[in-house]
Amino acid sequence: MAGSGKAHLRNSDDVLIKVENLVVEFPAGRGRVVHAVSDISFDVLAGETLGLVGESGCGKSTTGRAIMQLPSPTSGSVTFDGVEMTKLGGEELRRMRTRMQMIFQDPVSSLNPRRKVKDIVAEGLSIWGSKVGTFSADRVNETLEAVGLDPEIVSDRKPHQFSGGQCQRICIARALVLDPKVIICDEPVSALDVSVQAQILNLLEDMKARYGLTLVFIAHDLAVVKNVSDRVIVMYLGKMCEVAPPDALYERPAHPYTKILIDSIPEPDPLKADHTQAVIGEIPSPISPPSGCRFRTRCPNVQDVCATEEPVLREIGAGHYVACHFPNEAPVRINA
Amino acid sequence: MSTPGASGMPLLQVENLSTAFRTSRGILRAVDEVSFTLEKGETLGIVGESGSGKSVLVRSIMNILPRTALIPPQTKVILEGKDTRLLSRAEAKHFWGTQIAMVFQDPMTSLNPVKKIGTQITDPLRFHLGMSKSAARARAIELLDLVRIPEPARRLNQYPHELSGGMRQRVIIAIALSCNPKLLVADEPTTALDVTVQKQILDLLENLQRDLNMAMILITHDLGVVAGRADRIAVMYAGRMVETADTKALFRNMRHPYAEALLKSIPRLENPSHTRLDAISGRPPDMVRPPAGCRFASRCRYAQDRCVAELPELTTAGDPDHRFACFFPVGTPEGERALAANLAAGQTATGLDLHAQAVS
Repeated sequence: MAGSGKAHLRNSDDVLIKVENLVVEFPAGRGRVVHAVSDISFDVLAGETLGLVGESGCGKSTTGRAIMQLPSPTSGSVTFDGVEMTKLGGEELRRMRTRMQMIFQDPVSSLNPRRKVKDIVAEGLSIWGSKVGTFSADRVNETLEAVGLDPEIVSDRKPHQFSGGQCQRICIARALVLDPKVIICDEPVSALDVSVQAQILNLLEDMKARYGLTLVFIAHDLAVVKNVSDRVIVMYLGKMCEVAPPDALYERPAHPYTKILIDSIPEPDPLKADHTQAVIGEIPSPISPPSGCRFRTRCPNVQDVCATEEPVLREIGAGHYVACHFPNEAPVRINA
Repeated sequence: MSTPGASGMPLLQVENLSTAFRTSRGILRAVDEVSFTLEKGETLGIVGESGSGKSVLVRSIMNILPRTALIPPQTKVILEGKDTRLLSRAEAKHFWGTQIAMVFQDPMTSLNPVKKIGTQITDPLRFHLGMSKSAARARAIELLDLVRIPEPARRLNQYPHELSGGMRQRVIIAIALSCNPKLLVADEPTTALDVTVQKQILDLLENLQRDLNMAMILITHDLGVVAGRADRIAVMYAGRMVETADTKALFRNMRHPYAEALLKSIPRLENPSHTRLDAISGRPPDMVRPPAGCRFASRCRYAQDRCVAELPELTTAGDPDHRFACFFPVGTPEGERALAANLAAGQTATGLDLHAQAVS
């Protein structure tokens, strides 16, 4: 799983975000370093939804935040609409960030409990409104309506008066109000009930269509990611395992790790009793990741070469890339 | 998997359990007249949304509610012939842990952060079973091995922050199992974990339960989690049990519109991407002022005038073990007629717009 390489990058005029050789490291004390993201590259086309999927600690959230320069990556390049983000600073970077917004996992704690909904949603406008020229008092109400909240009722309320799903709607309204091009959704539904999860996923799809958004959708549940994405990247311990269109990823998972992720999803049907093997062991420490392929310590297909040589992403189908020395060659199709 | 006890008496018998809380806005009825039985070694899955009363239900069974909770006298919770509601606080101390144990949702906050793992496992062994320090330590190593934690002896000297979320949940399961409880209550044990870890923990619980012949109540909001694991399922909505049946029967003949809607809202891997999800519109009712009729009526695609006026009780149709509380059950002629009439009218008796639901 090494997943370096750039075979999957597209040469298109529609590329909105391009990330190359992204490395993010954090100091861990006593001279040690956490290798959160190690040399990954990808691109996102305008109007596309890119799904980033993997377990806790795989670097998916760090990757999302690195696009926003929160914090700036250790090395590598992030271009947004042709502008190199890592070179920007101060006022330029702040202005650039108005075109990218984020939605977080815990909708309740990402809202200030002491402020009214209308002020929370209007905050971006009150800072930028006069400069970006979209400010109007109606803009907040219009956005609240778009996310399915009645401005008459909700404007003067505070976050504690809302359920988790409604708080996530407020967060989405806050992200939309500045009319961004990109929204980075970091586990937006994993804290919600399945029934509410469906409402929020549908809402994100509607907002994407209505406002012509480009989404980066980060989650650990492959079923959720598959539902909203146009292209999915499977990550493991700071590297990329597989890049594919969601339907191909599900029908022909090439990387052993992708297969394990698919098999882990609980099947809501008692007749399809699952006796598949769960993933073995724990994710290794990102302070001293395994040599060669980082997944080798838990991989069912492991061979000697995996410890010495890092696999590089290579194409195995239309838009389908895998970084593995021994991908599942005849993938078993799980029956629908 | 269920084997009735030698005496023919179920392990756990819950009758007319109701729990309410006094709040500043009035009485909040969290659980409303729930009854069920659980046999030795059986797994019951309790499924419902946040606020459906499933956690309050099991906390009422364990008798660990805050003092503000109001429980009417006709409520009976009988574990092996003994009414747990009548236990004194002193008796209850040795009831928790040895008879009934619980695993909570958040493995990050269930463990004491300033005590070593070893102390947290040996404490119940020494308190409940009177084990010596060295015997308790040896048993603790066995328990960690049982929940498949590598290098168990070394873990005893570690603190919770040194373990991952999945490992911490294993430690909590080891503590819960330490005194061989007859009933394990797992309240959303995997909601805070990754899908891969979720599968490991659910597999572990299933194996342990079979090996130890322990009964289990598994609480979750995801029907997918209990589908392959529970012998029986109870679906709760707004404090009431709306459907209960053998797991296979429930999935084969889902009767309650809420159970059906809950199943349909799960994103399925086999569907192509960008498939529109069948979300349940609206929200659960305010339990301080619950509606007079069926509590799901305002969100139900089948709702008729009768549903608004009258509260449906649990009934059966054919299979006596399959009970549901609905006047127009899914998959029956009455249900089909009700849905067809609503679709033709474009809305239900409660004014739920079915056309809008189809597009938005």
